[in-house]
Amino acid sequence: MTINPDLQGRSYPAAEVYDVGREKIREFARAVKATHPAHFDVDAAKALGHRDLVAPPTFAIIIAQRADAQLVEDPEAGIDFSRVVHADQRFTHHRPIVAGDRLVAELHVDGVRAMGGGAMITTRSEIFALGSGDSREPVTTTTSSILVRGEGQ
Amino acid sequence: MSPNIHELSPGQDIGSRSIEVTRTDLVKYAGASGDFNPIHWNEAFATGVELPGVIAHGMFTMGSAVQLVSDWAGDPAAVVDFQTRFTKPVLVTDTTGTEEPGATIEVSGLIGKLDAEANTARIDLTVVSAGQKVLMKAQALVKLS
Repeated sequence: MTINPDLQGRSYPAAEVYDVGREKIREFARAVKATHPAHFDVDAAKALGHRDLVAPPTFAIIIAQRADAQLVEDPEAGIDFSRVVHADQRFTHHRPIVAGDRLVAELHVDGVRAMGGGAMITTRSEIFALGSGDSREPVTTTTSSILVRGEGQ
Repeated sequence: MSPNIHELSPGQDIGSRSIEVTRTDLVKYAGASGDFNPIHWNEAFATGVELPGVIAHGMFTMGSAVQLVSDWAGDPAAVVDFQTRFTKPVLVTDTTGTEEPGATIEVSGLIGKLDAEANTARIDLTVVSAGQKVLMKAQALVKLS
């Protein structure tokens, strides 16, 4: 199976809304063995000036990987999920993610490069918080490269 | 409160942390993150796609490594940028039913760069498992107080 080179430049618009819940922040924080009280205790988060529990720095991967799934599961893309290896990842936070946020992600395919029998695909998710009316506030930009291994790679 | 830039200098050590990982931890991370790729929990599947065995999610390693920075910064929200390359997989052996970890990840950090104008510190992390660097260019930018 080969990767479709025409993927480069493709965008997937914001689809479902992700509601950031307190228990999800706590669950994710425990899963990455984080112990900072701002992830668990609302009063501790407020004492630091936050509206509610603060998500760990890599929490946005949940939203980014949901956005990526649109690409990975797109039959036109030709990506075999079982041969995907994560090559690099970056999070740029414009403001922290806190419990109560309603987030959406726009996915952009920034690069597709053939490597041996496989390909390196670079995606960027622009994550926004929905405000009142039609307003949305930039929250996090994530960029990610995945290597889709060819046979024998 | 985040550290004050005037008390910091490049090369300064911010500490270290040792993270023990079991197969159960990978299942928990899969559930918490929504990444259910079976290479992170199914041995037969992992070896069937030419991996040496079950490997940790790169995002588990990245996510657990940054806690050293969150704790040093005093507020996880002070970590305004965090990036890494995944260079080697963390192989997690099956130690179910024992007290032993399936892998250990050693994290240490130092101040790579200070930016007085932006009032930020770049923390460079060294992340090692089984004697190999598993993350490269693992850098977290911290907004200082």
